[in-house]
Amino acid sequence: MNYKEFNYNQLKEDAYSVRKKILELSYKSGGGQHIGGGLSMVEIMCYLYGYRLNISPDNLTEIDRDRFILSKGHGVLGFYPILNHYGIINDETLNTYKQQDSELISHPIKNYNLGIESSNGSLGHGLSYGLGIAHGLKLKEINSKVFILMGDGECNEGSVWEAAMSASTLKIDNLILIIDFNKYQSDGKTQEIINQDQLAARWSSFGWNVIEVNGHDFLSIDNAFQNKMLIGSPNLILAHTIKGKGVDFMENNNSWHHGRLTENLFNEAINILKR
Amino acid sequence: MMPILNKNLSRQWSRIGQRGIYGQSLLSLANDNTNIFAISADLGNSSGLDRFKQSFPERFINIGIAEQNMIGFSSGLSTLGYNVFVSSFAPFITMRACEQVRMNLGYMQSNVKIVAIGSGLSMGFLGNSHFGIEDISIVRSIPNIPIICPCDCFEVYKSLEALSNYQGPAFLRLTGGSPASSIYKEDYEFEIGKSITLKEGKDILILSHGSILSNVIKASEKLEDNYSISCHIENVHTLNPIDDKIFSIIKQYQTIITIEEHSIIGGLSSIISDSLLSFKNDVSNHIKINLPDSFLKSGTYEQLLEKYSLSSDKIYSRIVHEYIETNN
Repeated sequence: MNYKEFNYNQLKEDAYSVRKKILELSYKSGGGQHIGGGLSMVEIMCYLYGYRLNISPDNLTEIDRDRFILSKGHGVLGFYPILNHYGIINDETLNTYKQQDSELISHPIKNYNLGIESSNGSLGHGLSYGLGIAHGLKLKEINSKVFILMGDGECNEGSVWEAAMSASTLKIDNLILIIDFNKYQSDGKTQEIINQDQLAARWSSFGWNVIEVNGHDFLSIDNAFQNKMLIGSPNLILAHTIKGKGVDFMENNNSWHHGRLTENLFNEAINILKR
Repeated sequence: MMPILNKNLSRQWSRIGQRGIYGQSLLSLANDNTNIFAISADLGNSSGLDRFKQSFPERFINIGIAEQNMIGFSSGLSTLGYNVFVSSFAPFITMRACEQVRMNLGYMQSNVKIVAIGSGLSMGFLGNSHFGIEDISIVRSIPNIPIICPCDCFEVYKSLEALSNYQGPAFLRLTGGSPASSIYKEDYEFEIGKSITLKEGKDILILSHGSILSNVIKASEKLEDNYSISCHIENVHTLNPIDDKIFSIIKQYQTIITIEEHSIIGGLSSIISDSLLSFKNDVSNHIKINLPDSFLKSGTYEQLLEKYSLSSDKIYSRIVHEYIETNN
């Protein structure tokens, strides 16, 4: 499955399938999982892999591919099922998730053949790495773009702001940063841990073109890409999302930041999963 | 163009010191190797990179006083085929950015070379915030990163020449002041991971690295003159991986001495004593001459070497005290 036409209904269908895979993967592999943050990023990821990115099973090591970096490394449950859904990793590989010695563990490990551009897990690393790639692409006059997905809690890290300053100074405009702004982090509401009222204004003041979207609405996301990107400055899509999106009892319930699905809860989640 | 290494150049370069020679050497290597990229955390001029910046503006970036971003950025840049040299003062590049070094360089094995300038005690009155006396220990604990400690300006060049052809991360540790003592006066064979015998001798084995090797040589000459003690001196310029050859040399001596401008924790002496466990009683005496596990006083470089027993006289008297007096 790898279509690069904007097909709203298809993307909706993809999002449903991917959420189902997230729940299945979580349940099958057992133990605690970062489910909430995996579910909040689904529409963003389907939009990128189903439509926007020049990334396919055929060009994973080609220099002119686009790059996607999962800076919020805890979000693998929203990443591996995507790579599987769009044909980059096969079912057999996906089923090794959290098995001993697997390449697919709870945080991404760099593996170009599996479509994983960088090793992440500790937060605040992806933007610097992506900036270096984006700058290198410009120097080589390659028109590919770098896409990075970061969490709002991740913006607590100082290294994020070092990179934010660097991006505008270096005029990195071939990089699109997306913040999955689901308003929660491990210990609770981001608002109560580090005040996020001014998140958009902060990024703007660092020289970024900030576009706010509904991160669960493909039209809102597409509008940002089609109409609101600037040339000459770095672009940020601040995607308002709901942690645990799609499963009523998980939505905005931070106990699913890292939670365990029992058989009953898994069946219930699948039954009420919204299309 | 590659420099011709000879006596005159050795004299000229020693006046500049290791830090300045880093910038000059990288400039000369970058003429022929268009993949070389230099990034500095606002210490470009202090690292002798001003001419590099003028000659190759598209291959030099001052990333700002932001070492974490510097390592991450360099790592990403290297994926486009660049061999990226990043430099800053030793403590900042190893500690401030330690997790980036671990994740980006060790874990992902990016083609980035860390150049730690002003390591050891060479920052003098700038004090402990600027001393690089734990850097080997820190980097050594991260897998996949060779550690190279040149003993003079020629060896800085030889190391950089080797690193310009080396794929993967590495750590280059620059020590000493300017003028810097010179050990090599002409071109010689240098290979990452292969230690170099500077002097053959039968009584004791001295393992050392970095700019204090010149003091070690002077001390050994005095031992020879005053006590007829003949020292084998090995320039262990690469600490990770350490040359296996060293362990076959060690077997030939009852006394070995490790001498380094680094904390007693985690440097060459630790590497050797860790390995000596497997020799059991083959070596009866391991004398460690290093910096103590504490924050140190400030002073000129020479004053500090004297205070912390790394001047040639102090090295000499430590050996007299610990070797001769113990053996008699």
